[in-house]
Amino acid sequence: MHSIPGRRLIMGLFLIFLLLPIYWLVNMSFKTNAEIISTMTLWPHAPTLQHYKRIFTDESWYSGYINSLEYVVINTVISIAVALPAAYAFSRYRFLGDKHLFFWLLSNRMAPAAVYALPFFNLYSAIGLFDTPWAVALAHCIFNVPLAVWILEGFVSGVPREIDETAFLDGYSFPRFFIKILVPLIASGIGVAAFFCFMFSWVELLLARTLTSVAAKPISAVMTRTVSAAGMDWGLLAAAGVLTIIPGALVIWFVRNYIARGFALGRV
Amino acid sequence: MDKTINQKAWFLVLPVFLVVAFSAVLPLMTVVNYSMQDTFGNNQFFWNGVGWFKELLDPSTDLGGRFLASLGRNLFFSAVILAIEVPLGIVVALSMPREGWSVAACLVILALPLLIPWNVVGTIWQIFGRPDIGLLGYVLNHLGFNYNYVANDVDAWVTVIVMDVWHWTSLVALLCYAGLKSIPDAYYQAAQIDGASRWAVFKAIQLPKMNRVLLIAVLLRFMDSFMIYTEPFVVTGGGPGNSTTFVSIELVKIALGQFDLGKAAALSLAYNLIILIVCWVFYTVMTNAGSERPVKEGAA
Repeated sequence: MHSIPGRRLIMGLFLIFLLLPIYWLVNMSFKTNAEIISTMTLWPHAPTLQHYKRIFTDESWYSGYINSLEYVVINTVISIAVALPAAYAFSRYRFLGDKHLFFWLLSNRMAPAAVYALPFFNLYSAIGLFDTPWAVALAHCIFNVPLAVWILEGFVSGVPREIDETAFLDGYSFPRFFIKILVPLIASGIGVAAFFCFMFSWVELLLARTLTSVAAKPISAVMTRTVSAAGMDWGLLAAAGVLTIIPGALVIWFVRNYIARGFALGRV
Repeated sequence: MDKTINQKAWFLVLPVFLVVAFSAVLPLMTVVNYSMQDTFGNNQFFWNGVGWFKELLDPSTDLGGRFLASLGRNLFFSAVILAIEVPLGIVVALSMPREGWSVAACLVILALPLLIPWNVVGTIWQIFGRPDIGLLGYVLNHLGFNYNYVANDVDAWVTVIVMDVWHWTSLVALLCYAGLKSIPDAYYQAAQIDGASRWAVFKAIQLPKMNRVLLIAVLLRFMDSFMIYTEPFVVTGGGPGNSTTFVSIELVKIALGQFDLGKAAALSLAYNLIILIVCWVFYTVMTNAGSERPVKEGAA
Protein backbone atom coordinates (compact mmCIF):
# COMPACT_ATOMS: atom_id res chain seq x y z
CA MET A 1 0.00 0.00 0.00
CA HIS A 2 1.49 3.34 0.97
CA SER A 3 5.05 2.34 1.62
CA ILE A 4 8.48 3.03 0.19
CA PRO A 5 11.57 0.85 -0.16
CA GLY A 6 13.72 0.74 2.94
CA ARG A 7 10.92 2.07 5.09
CA ARG A 8 11.85 -0.01 8.13
CA LEU A 9 15.38 1.40 8.04
CA ILE A 10 14.20 5.00 7.63
CA MET A 11 11.65 4.67 10.40
CA GLY A 12 14.17 2.98 12.67
CA LEU A 13 16.78 5.67 12.13
CA PHE A 14 14.27 8.44 12.67
CA LEU A 15 12.99 6.92 15.90
CA ILE A 16 16.55 6.54 17.15
CA PHE A 17 17.16 10.20 16.29
CA LEU A 18 14.09 11.11 18.33
CA LEU A 19 14.87 8.91 21.30
CA LEU A 20 18.62 9.43 21.65
CA PRO A 21 18.53 12.94 23.19
CA ILE A 22 15.74 11.84 25.53
CA TYR A 23 17.72 8.76 26.52
CA TRP A 24 20.70 10.97 27.26
CA LEU A 25 18.62 13.11 29.60
CA VAL A 26 17.27 10.06 31.44
CA ASN A 27 20.75 8.57 31.56
CA MET A 28 22.18 11.73 33.12
CA SER A 29 19.42 12.00 35.69
CA PHE A 30 20.57 8.70 37.24
CA LYS A 31 24.26 9.61 37.37
CA THR A 32 26.10 11.34 40.18
CA ASN A 33 27.44 14.76 39.28
CA ALA A 34 30.97 13.44 39.69
CA GLU A 35 30.35 10.81 37.06
CA ILE A 36 28.73 13.32 34.67
CA ILE A 37 31.68 15.66 34.75
CA SER A 38 34.59 13.24 34.98
CA THR A 39 33.81 10.51 32.46
CA MET A 40 31.75 9.90 29.35
CA THR A 41 29.59 6.87 30.11
CA LEU A 42 26.80 5.51 27.96
CA TRP A 43 24.84 4.29 30.97
CA PRO A 44 25.09 5.18 34.65
CA HIS A 45 27.84 3.08 36.23
CA ALA A 46 26.89 4.09 39.74
CA PRO A 47 23.12 4.63 39.41
CA THR A 48 21.70 6.98 42.00
CA LEU A 49 18.30 8.38 42.86
CA GLN A 50 19.74 11.36 44.73
CA HIS A 51 18.51 13.94 42.20
CA TYR A 52 14.94 12.64 42.26
CA LYS A 53 15.05 12.42 46.05
CA ARG A 54 16.16 16.05 46.22
CA ILE A 55 13.29 17.18 43.98
CA PHE A 56 10.67 15.30 45.97
CA THR A 57 11.92 16.52 49.34
CA ASP A 58 12.91 20.14 48.57
CA GLU A 59 9.85 22.35 48.65
CA SER A 60 11.21 24.93 46.22
CA TRP A 61 11.38 22.11 43.66
CA TYR A 62 8.21 20.11 44.12
CA SER A 63 6.08 23.21 44.67
CA GLY A 64 7.06 24.17 41.12
CA TYR A 65 5.31 21.07 39.81
CA ILE A 66 2.26 21.76 41.97
CA ASN A 67 2.09 25.37 40.77
CA SER A 68 2.34 24.29 37.15
CA LEU A 69 -0.34 21.64 37.53
CA GLU A 70 -2.57 24.15 39.29
CA TYR A 71 -2.70 26.70 36.48
CA VAL A 72 -2.77 24.02 33.81
CA VAL A 73 -5.85 22.41 35.35
CA ILE A 74 -7.64 25.74 35.89
CA ASN A 75 -6.89 26.70 32.32
CA THR A 76 -8.12 23.38 30.89
CA VAL A 77 -11.39 23.60 32.80
CA ILE A 78 -12.07 27.20 31.75
CA SER A 79 -11.13 26.52 28.14
CA ILE A 80 -13.36 23.49 27.72
CA ALA A 81 -16.28 25.04 29.62
CA VAL A 82 -16.46 28.16 27.46
CA ALA A 83 -15.50 26.42 24.23
CA LEU A 84 -18.23 23.75 24.27
CA PRO A 85 -21.25 25.98 23.64
CA ALA A 86 -19.29 28.07 21.15
CA ALA A 87 -18.23 24.98 19.22
CA TYR A 88 -21.87 23.94 19.00
CA ALA A 89 -22.90 27.39 17.80
CA PHE A 90 -20.18 27.53 15.12
CA SER A 91 -21.03 24.03 13.97
CA ARG A 92 -24.81 24.41 13.73
CA TYR A 93 -25.72 28.02 13.13
CA ARG A 94 -24.91 30.96 10.95
CA PHE A 95 -25.01 34.27 12.73
CA LEU A 96 -23.88 37.83 12.30
CA GLY A 97 -20.10 38.00 12.13
CA ASP A 98 -19.52 34.29 12.67
CA LYS A 99 -16.73 34.00 10.13
CA HIS A 100 -14.94 37.09 11.41
CA LEU A 101 -15.21 35.81 14.93
CA PHE A 102 -13.76 32.45 13.94
CA PHE A 103 -10.85 34.17 12.23
CA TRP A 104 -10.30 36.46 15.19
CA LEU A 105 -10.09 33.41 17.46
CA LEU A 106 -7.58 31.76 15.18
CA SER A 107 -5.45 34.88 15.05
CA ASN A 108 -5.19 34.75 18.83
CA ARG A 109 -4.00 31.16 18.73
CA MET A 110 -1.26 32.36 16.39
CA ALA A 111 -0.30 35.54 18.24
CA PRO A 112 3.30 35.51 19.46
CA ALA A 113 3.43 35.18 23.23
CA ALA A 114 6.30 37.65 23.33
CA VAL A 115 3.94 40.40 22.16
CA TYR A 116 1.65 39.84 25.13
CA ALA A 117 4.25 39.29 27.82
CA LEU A 118 4.54 42.94 28.84
CA PRO A 119 0.88 44.01 28.60
CA PHE A 120 -0.15 40.89 30.52
CA PHE A 121 2.34 41.78 33.19
CA ASN A 122 0.75 45.21 33.51
CA LEU A 123 -2.82 43.97 33.27
CA TYR A 124 -2.52 41.24 35.89
CA SER A 125 -0.52 43.44 38.21
CA ALA A 126 -3.23 46.09 37.97
CA ILE A 127 -6.04 43.71 38.89
CA GLY A 128 -4.05 42.03 41.63
CA LEU A 129 -3.73 38.60 40.06
CA PHE A 130 0.00 38.79 39.45
CA ASP A 131 1.89 35.79 40.85
CA THR A 132 -1.24 33.65 41.22
CA PRO A 133 -2.12 30.56 39.18
CA TRP A 134 -5.18 32.44 37.89
CA ALA A 135 -3.04 34.95 36.02
CA VAL A 136 -1.25 32.24 34.08
CA ALA A 137 -4.44 30.22 33.57
CA LEU A 138 -6.27 33.24 32.11
CA ALA A 139 -3.27 34.26 30.02
CA HIS A 140 -3.03 30.79 28.50
CA CYS A 141 -6.70 31.02 27.52
CA ILE A 142 -5.59 33.26 24.69
CA PHE A 143 -4.30 30.31 22.72
CA ASN A 144 -6.14 27.40 24.40
CA VAL A 145 -9.73 28.65 24.07
CA PRO A 146 -9.42 29.07 20.28
CA LEU A 147 -7.73 25.68 20.06
CA ALA A 148 -10.53 24.02 22.04
CA VAL A 149 -13.20 25.73 19.93
CA TRP A 150 -11.59 24.55 16.72
CA ILE A 151 -11.11 20.96 17.84
CA LEU A 152 -14.58 20.65 19.38
CA GLU A 153 -16.22 22.24 16.35
CA GLY A 154 -14.85 19.38 14.27
CA PHE A 155 -16.27 16.79 16.64
CA VAL A 156 -19.69 18.46 16.97
CA SER A 157 -19.93 18.60 13.17
CA GLY A 158 -19.48 14.83 13.20
CA VAL A 159 -22.73 14.43 15.13
CA PRO A 160 -25.71 14.24 12.73
CA ARG A 161 -28.19 17.10 12.98
CA GLU A 162 -31.07 14.63 13.17
CA ILE A 163 -30.02 13.83 16.74
CA ASP A 164 -30.54 17.46 17.80
CA GLU A 165 -33.89 17.63 16.03
CA THR A 166 -35.16 14.37 17.49
CA ALA A 167 -34.15 15.44 20.97
CA PHE A 168 -35.96 18.76 20.65
CA LEU A 169 -39.06 16.98 19.30
CA ASP A 170 -38.91 14.69 22.32
CA GLY A 171 -39.22 17.78 24.49
CA TYR A 172 -35.65 18.19 25.63
CA SER A 173 -34.78 21.74 26.62
CA PHE A 174 -31.55 23.10 25.19
CA PRO A 175 -29.41 22.82 28.35
CA ARG A 176 -30.74 19.34 29.02
CA PHE A 177 -30.09 18.23 25.45
CA PHE A 178 -26.60 19.68 25.67
CA ILE A 179 -25.60 17.90 28.85
CA LYS A 180 -27.55 14.66 28.49
CA ILE A 181 -27.08 13.96 24.80
CA LEU A 182 -24.46 16.08 23.08
CA VAL A 183 -21.72 15.94 25.69
CA PRO A 184 -21.74 12.13 25.97
CA LEU A 185 -21.74 11.86 22.17
CA ILE A 186 -18.60 13.94 21.79
CA ALA A 187 -16.93 12.66 24.96
CA SER A 188 -13.85 11.54 23.05
CA GLY A 189 -13.62 14.96 21.42
CA ILE A 190 -13.76 16.64 24.81
CA GLY A 191 -11.01 14.31 25.98
CA VAL A 192 -8.85 15.23 23.01
CA ALA A 193 -9.47 18.95 23.40
CA ALA A 194 -8.72 18.76 27.13
CA PHE A 195 -5.53 16.88 26.41
CA PHE A 196 -4.34 19.53 23.98
CA CYS A 197 -5.24 22.40 26.31
CA PHE A 198 -3.36 20.63 29.07
CA MET A 199 -0.39 20.06 26.81
CA PHE A 200 -0.07 23.55 25.37
CA SER A 201 -0.43 25.11 28.78
CA TRP A 202 2.13 22.67 30.20
CA VAL A 203 4.77 23.33 27.54
CA GLU A 204 4.49 27.14 27.56
CA LEU A 205 7.17 29.00 29.47
CA LEU A 206 7.38 32.64 28.44
CA LEU A 207 4.02 33.84 29.79
CA ALA A 208 4.12 31.54 32.81
CA ARG A 209 7.49 32.93 33.79
CA THR A 210 6.57 36.54 33.18
CA LEU A 211 3.38 36.40 35.22
CA THR A 212 4.81 34.79 38.35
CA SER A 213 7.60 35.68 40.72
CA VAL A 214 7.63 33.67 43.94
CA ALA A 215 4.35 32.18 45.12
CA ALA A 216 3.16 30.65 41.87
CA LYS A 217 6.47 29.97 40.16
CA PRO A 218 6.04 27.16 37.60
CA ILE A 219 8.45 24.25 37.35
CA SER A 220 9.92 25.53 34.10
CA ALA A 221 10.93 28.78 35.82
CA VAL A 222 12.29 26.90 38.83
CA MET A 223 14.46 24.95 36.41
CA THR A 224 15.92 28.01 34.72
CA ARG A 225 16.47 30.08 37.85
CA THR A 226 17.63 27.70 40.56
CA VAL A 227 20.03 25.93 38.33
CA SER A 228 21.81 28.97 37.01
CA ALA A 229 22.02 30.53 40.46
CA ALA A 230 23.64 27.53 42.13
CA GLY A 231 26.09 26.76 39.36
CA MET A 232 25.31 23.94 36.98
CA ASP A 233 23.86 20.96 38.80
CA TRP A 234 23.46 18.86 35.65
CA GLY A 235 22.06 15.75 37.31
CA LEU A 236 19.36 17.70 39.08
CA LEU A 237 18.47 19.61 35.91
CA ALA A 238 18.18 16.34 33.99
CA ALA A 239 15.99 14.75 36.68
CA ALA A 240 13.68 17.78 36.70
CA GLY A 241 13.46 17.58 32.92
CA VAL A 242 12.58 13.90 32.97
CA LEU A 243 9.78 14.57 35.45
CA THR A 244 8.24 17.19 33.14
CA ILE A 245 8.13 14.71 30.26
CA ILE A 246 6.22 12.06 32.22
CA PRO A 247 2.68 13.57 32.19
CA GLY A 248 2.71 13.89 28.40
CA ALA A 249 4.23 10.47 27.92
CA LEU A 250 1.55 8.88 30.08
CA VAL A 251 -1.57 10.34 28.49
CA ILE A 252 -0.32 10.31 24.92
CA TRP A 253 -1.43 6.69 24.63
CA PHE A 254 -5.08 7.65 25.00
CA VAL A 255 -5.06 10.23 22.23
CA ARG A 256 -2.64 8.53 19.83
CA ASN A 257 -5.25 8.32 17.08
CA TYR A 258 -6.24 11.97 17.43
CA ILE A 259 -2.81 13.55 17.71
CA ALA A 260 -2.66 14.83 14.14
CA ARG A 261 -6.17 16.22 14.46
CA GLY A 262 -5.36 18.10 17.64
CA PHE A 263 -2.21 19.70 16.34
CA ALA A 264 -3.95 20.72 13.12
CA LEU A 265 -6.70 22.50 15.11
CA GLY A 266 -9.20 19.79 14.25
CA ARG A 267 -8.81 20.36 10.54
CA VAL A 268 -7.49 16.97 9.40
CA MET B 1 -24.17 20.56 5.80
CA ASP B 2 -26.29 23.71 5.54
CA LYS B 3 -26.53 25.77 8.68
CA THR B 4 -29.58 27.64 9.86
CA ILE B 5 -29.35 31.34 10.54
CA ASN B 6 -29.89 31.99 14.22
CA GLN B 7 -28.69 35.17 15.88
CA LYS B 8 -29.29 33.68 19.32
CA ALA B 9 -26.20 31.57 18.72
CA TRP B 10 -24.31 34.66 19.85
CA PHE B 11 -25.29 33.80 23.43
CA LEU B 12 -23.47 30.50 23.10
CA VAL B 13 -20.38 32.24 21.77
CA LEU B 14 -20.46 35.03 24.31
CA PRO B 15 -18.36 33.30 27.03
CA VAL B 16 -15.58 32.58 24.56
CA PHE B 17 -15.78 36.12 23.27
CA LEU B 18 -15.50 37.60 26.75
CA VAL B 19 -12.63 35.38 27.90
CA VAL B 20 -10.56 35.92 24.78
CA ALA B 21 -11.39 39.61 24.59
CA PHE B 22 -10.23 40.05 28.16
CA SER B 23 -6.86 38.49 27.42
CA ALA B 24 -6.45 39.78 23.88
CA VAL B 25 -8.15 43.13 23.29
CA LEU B 26 -7.23 44.84 26.56
CA PRO B 27 -3.52 44.04 26.33
CA LEU B 28 -3.46 44.91 22.66
CA MET B 29 -4.91 48.35 23.43
CA THR B 30 -2.10 49.00 25.91
CA VAL B 31 0.40 47.99 23.24
CA VAL B 32 -1.10 50.45 20.78
CA ASN B 33 -1.06 53.10 23.47
CA TYR B 34 2.58 52.51 24.37
CA SER B 35 3.69 52.40 20.77
CA MET B 36 2.87 56.11 20.41
CA GLN B 37 4.67 57.22 23.55
CA ASP B 38 8.08 57.45 25.09
CA THR B 39 8.91 56.92 28.72
CA PHE B 40 11.82 57.90 30.92
CA GLY B 41 10.65 55.77 33.82
CA ASN B 42 8.58 56.98 36.79
CA ASN B 43 5.42 56.34 34.81
CA GLN B 44 5.93 59.56 32.88
CA PHE B 45 4.93 59.26 29.28
CA PHE B 46 5.47 61.58 26.35
CA TRP B 47 3.66 61.61 23.07
CA ASN B 48 5.85 60.29 20.31
CA GLY B 49 3.36 59.76 17.48
CA VAL B 50 4.61 57.46 14.79
CA GLY B 51 8.23 58.07 15.75
CA TRP B 52 8.89 54.51 16.85
CA PHE B 53 7.42 53.08 13.68
CA LYS B 54 9.65 55.29 11.56
CA GLU B 55 12.65 54.15 13.54
CA LEU B 56 11.55 50.55 13.27
CA LEU B 57 11.68 50.61 9.49
CA ASP B 58 14.94 52.55 9.27
CA PRO B 59 17.92 50.18 9.45
CA SER B 60 20.33 52.97 10.39
CA THR B 61 18.77 53.40 13.86
CA ASP B 62 19.40 51.03 16.74
CA LEU B 63 15.80 49.78 16.92
CA GLY B 64 15.38 49.41 13.16
CA GLY B 65 18.73 47.68 12.80
CA ARG B 66 17.91 45.16 15.48
CA PHE B 67 14.39 44.55 14.18
CA LEU B 68 15.38 44.03 10.57
CA ALA B 69 18.39 41.90 11.48
CA SER B 70 16.37 39.61 13.74
CA LEU B 71 13.57 39.51 11.16
CA GLY B 72 16.06 38.42 8.51
CA ARG B 73 17.49 35.74 10.78
CA ASN B 74 14.00 34.54 11.65
CA LEU B 75 12.87 34.29 8.02
CA PHE B 76 16.06 32.43 7.12
CA PHE B 77 15.50 30.07 10.03
CA SER B 78 11.90 29.39 9.00
CA ALA B 79 12.95 28.76 5.41
CA VAL B 80 15.66 26.28 6.44
CA ILE B 81 13.53 24.28 8.81
CA LEU B 82 10.64 24.12 6.31
CA ALA B 83 13.05 22.89 3.64
CA ILE B 84 14.18 20.10 5.95
CA GLU B 85 11.07 19.21 7.92
CA VAL B 86 8.53 19.00 5.12
CA PRO B 87 10.37 16.46 2.89
CA LEU B 88 11.60 14.54 5.92
CA GLY B 89 8.10 14.47 7.39
CA ILE B 90 6.67 13.09 4.14
CA VAL B 91 9.34 10.38 3.99
CA VAL B 92 8.69 9.42 7.60
CA ALA B 93 4.93 9.30 7.01
CA LEU B 94 5.48 7.04 3.99
CA SER B 95 7.69 4.82 6.13
CA MET B 96 5.05 4.19 8.76
CA PRO B 97 4.34 0.52 9.35
CA ARG B 98 1.10 -0.71 7.80
CA GLU B 99 -0.67 -2.35 10.69
CA GLY B 100 -0.28 -4.07 14.03
CA TRP B 101 1.04 -2.87 17.33
CA SER B 102 4.02 -1.13 15.71
CA VAL B 103 1.71 1.55 14.26
CA ALA B 104 0.62 2.62 17.73
CA ALA B 105 4.18 2.40 19.04
CA CYS B 106 5.50 4.58 16.21
CA LEU B 107 2.70 7.14 16.70
CA VAL B 108 3.46 7.44 20.39
CA ILE B 109 7.22 7.79 19.94
CA LEU B 110 6.72 10.29 17.10
CA ALA B 111 4.48 12.41 19.29
CA LEU B 112 6.80 12.36 22.26
CA PRO B 113 8.97 15.38 21.33
CA LEU B 114 5.84 17.44 20.63
CA LEU B 115 4.70 17.10 24.23
CA ILE B 116 7.89 18.02 26.02
CA PRO B 117 7.89 21.48 27.61
CA TRP B 118 9.75 23.87 25.35
CA ASN B 119 12.35 24.85 27.88
CA VAL B 120 13.06 21.18 28.53
CA VAL B 121 13.53 20.69 24.79
CA GLY B 122 16.12 23.44 25.07
CA THR B 123 17.67 21.82 28.11
CA ILE B 124 17.86 18.42 26.40
CA TRP B 125 19.79 19.86 23.47
CA GLN B 126 21.87 22.12 25.65
CA ILE B 127 23.12 19.01 27.42
CA PHE B 128 23.20 16.76 24.37
CA GLY B 129 25.38 19.17 22.39
CA ARG B 130 27.95 20.01 25.03
CA PRO B 131 31.43 18.81 24.13
CA ASP B 132 32.23 17.76 27.72
CA ILE B 133 29.08 16.01 28.92
CA GLY B 134 26.81 15.62 25.88
CA LEU B 135 26.83 12.61 23.59
CA LEU B 136 26.52 14.63 20.38
CA GLY B 137 29.18 17.19 21.20
CA TYR B 138 31.51 14.52 22.54
CA VAL B 139 31.21 12.28 19.50
CA LEU B 140 31.56 15.17 17.03
CA ASN B 141 34.66 16.49 18.76
CA HIS B 142 36.23 13.05 18.87
CA LEU B 143 35.53 12.60 15.18
CA GLY B 144 37.69 15.65 14.59
CA PHE B 145 35.06 18.37 14.21
CA ASN B 146 35.70 21.39 16.36
CA TYR B 147 32.07 21.65 17.39
CA ASN B 148 31.08 24.13 20.09
CA TYR B 149 27.66 25.76 19.93
CA VAL B 150 28.47 28.31 22.62
CA ALA B 151 31.35 29.94 20.76
CA ASN B 152 30.80 29.29 17.08
CA ASP B 153 28.00 30.95 15.06
CA VAL B 154 27.63 28.14 12.56
CA ASP B 155 27.57 25.48 15.26
CA ALA B 156 24.95 27.43 17.18
CA TRP B 157 22.78 27.64 14.06
CA VAL B 158 23.21 23.97 13.28
CA THR B 159 22.25 23.07 16.85
CA VAL B 160 19.13 25.24 16.82
CA ILE B 161 18.04 23.87 13.44
CA VAL B 162 18.67 20.23 14.36
CA MET B 163 16.81 20.84 17.58
CA ASP B 164 13.81 22.22 15.73
CA VAL B 165 13.89 19.32 13.26
CA TRP B 166 13.95 16.95 16.22
CA HIS B 167 11.14 18.81 17.94
CA TRP B 168 8.67 19.39 15.10
CA THR B 169 9.28 17.04 12.15
CA SER B 170 6.91 14.60 13.88
CA LEU B 171 4.10 17.13 13.47
CA VAL B 172 4.54 17.15 9.69
CA ALA B 173 4.86 13.36 9.69
CA LEU B 174 1.71 12.84 11.77
CA LEU B 175 -0.35 15.20 9.62
CA CYS B 176 0.88 13.54 6.41
CA TYR B 177 0.17 10.12 7.87
CA ALA B 178 -3.39 11.22 8.65
CA GLY B 179 -3.70 12.40 5.03
CA LEU B 180 -2.31 9.14 3.64
CA LYS B 181 -4.68 7.07 5.77
CA SER B 182 -7.66 8.71 4.11
CA ILE B 183 -6.72 7.33 0.65
CA PRO B 184 -9.05 4.44 -0.23
CA ASP B 185 -7.41 1.12 -1.11
CA ALA B 186 -9.15 1.15 -4.47
CA TYR B 187 -6.80 3.90 -5.65
CA TYR B 188 -3.77 1.73 -5.04
CA GLN B 189 -5.39 -1.29 -6.66
CA ALA B 190 -6.15 0.76 -9.75
CA ALA B 191 -2.56 1.94 -9.84
CA GLN B 192 -1.34 -1.62 -9.58
CA ILE B 193 -3.51 -2.74 -12.49
CA ASP B 194 -2.11 0.13 -14.55
CA GLY B 195 1.38 -1.00 -13.61
CA ALA B 196 2.23 2.41 -12.17
CA SER B 197 5.69 2.84 -10.69
CA ARG B 198 6.25 3.73 -7.04
CA TRP B 199 7.10 7.31 -8.02
CA ALA B 200 4.02 7.60 -10.20
CA VAL B 201 1.84 6.44 -7.31
CA PHE B 202 3.42 9.06 -5.09
CA LYS B 203 3.02 11.85 -7.63
CA ALA B 204 -0.43 11.01 -8.93
CA ILE B 205 -2.17 9.67 -5.81
CA GLN B 206 -0.41 10.36 -2.56
CA LEU B 207 0.86 13.90 -3.07
CA PRO B 208 -2.48 15.31 -4.30
CA LYS B 209 -4.25 13.60 -1.40
CA MET B 210 -1.78 15.08 1.07
CA ASN B 211 -2.16 18.57 -0.39
CA ARG B 212 -4.39 19.87 2.34
CA VAL B 213 -2.58 18.46 5.33
CA LEU B 214 0.71 19.59 3.85
CA LEU B 215 -0.62 23.09 3.54
CA ILE B 216 -1.71 23.03 7.17
CA ALA B 217 1.67 21.65 8.18
CA VAL B 218 3.62 24.28 6.24
CA LEU B 219 1.59 27.18 7.60
CA LEU B 220 1.63 25.93 11.18
CA ARG B 221 5.36 25.30 11.03
CA PHE B 222 5.96 28.71 9.48
CA MET B 223 4.01 30.54 12.12
CA ASP B 224 5.36 28.60 15.06
CA SER B 225 8.96 28.88 13.87
CA PHE B 226 8.41 32.57 13.28
CA MET B 227 7.41 32.96 16.94
CA ILE B 228 10.10 30.69 18.35
CA TYR B 229 11.44 31.90 21.66
CA THR B 230 12.03 29.40 24.43
CA GLU B 231 14.13 26.72 22.78
CA PRO B 232 16.90 28.90 21.29
CA PHE B 233 16.75 31.11 24.36
CA VAL B 234 17.59 28.16 26.59
CA VAL B 235 20.23 26.67 24.30
CA THR B 236 22.12 29.70 23.02
CA GLY B 237 20.51 32.65 24.78
CA GLY B 238 20.44 34.33 21.36
CA GLY B 239 24.18 34.10 20.99
CA PRO B 240 27.00 33.80 20.31
CA GLY B 241 26.81 37.58 19.96
CA ASN B 242 23.43 38.10 18.33
CA SER B 243 23.69 35.33 15.78
CA THR B 244 20.65 33.34 16.94
CA THR B 245 18.58 36.25 18.27
CA PHE B 246 15.15 35.85 16.66
CA VAL B 247 12.36 38.44 16.69
CA SER B 248 10.73 37.13 19.88
CA ILE B 249 14.01 37.10 21.76
CA GLU B 250 14.78 40.64 20.62
CA LEU B 251 11.31 41.76 21.61
CA VAL B 252 11.51 40.29 25.11
CA LYS B 253 14.94 41.85 25.56
CA ILE B 254 13.60 45.30 24.71
CA ALA B 255 10.33 44.94 26.62
CA LEU B 256 11.28 43.13 29.81
CA GLY B 257 15.05 43.61 29.80
CA GLN B 258 15.37 47.32 29.02
CA PHE B 259 11.74 48.18 29.79
CA ASP B 260 11.68 50.28 26.64
CA LEU B 261 7.91 50.19 26.39
CA GLY B 262 7.44 52.40 23.34
CA LYS B 263 9.97 50.62 21.19
CA ALA B 264 8.78 47.19 22.31
CA ALA B 265 5.18 48.07 21.57
CA ALA B 266 5.96 49.33 18.08
CA LEU B 267 7.95 46.18 17.41
CA SER B 268 5.08 44.07 18.78
CA LEU B 269 2.58 45.64 16.42
CA ALA B 270 4.76 45.16 13.36
CA TYR B 271 5.40 41.57 14.42
CA ASN B 272 1.73 40.92 15.04
CA LEU B 273 0.79 42.39 11.68
CA ILE B 274 3.07 39.94 9.85
CA ILE B 275 1.56 37.02 11.77
CA LEU B 276 -1.94 38.31 11.08
CA ILE B 277 -1.35 38.37 7.32
CA VAL B 278 0.01 34.82 7.30
CA CYS B 279 -2.84 33.79 9.55
CA TRP B 280 -5.38 35.18 7.11
CA VAL B 281 -3.86 33.10 4.32
CA PHE B 282 -4.04 30.07 6.61
CA TYR B 283 -7.69 30.72 7.47
CA THR B 284 -8.75 31.24 3.88
CA VAL B 285 -7.01 28.07 2.82
CA MET B 286 -8.48 26.01 5.63
CA THR B 287 -12.05 27.18 5.34
CA ASN B 288 -12.09 26.84 1.55
CA ALA B 289 -10.58 23.39 1.62
CA GLY B 290 -12.79 22.49 4.58
CA SER B 291 -15.96 22.73 2.50
CA GLU B 292 -14.90 19.74 0.40
CA ARG B 293 -13.58 17.76 3.33
CA PRO B 294 -15.37 14.48 3.96
CA VAL B 295 -16.68 14.33 7.53
CA LYS B 296 -15.12 11.20 8.91
CA GLU B 297 -15.11 10.49 12.60
CA GLY B 298 -11.85 9.36 14.13
CA ALA B 299 -9.98 9.34 10.84
CA ALA B 300 -7.18 11.50 12.11
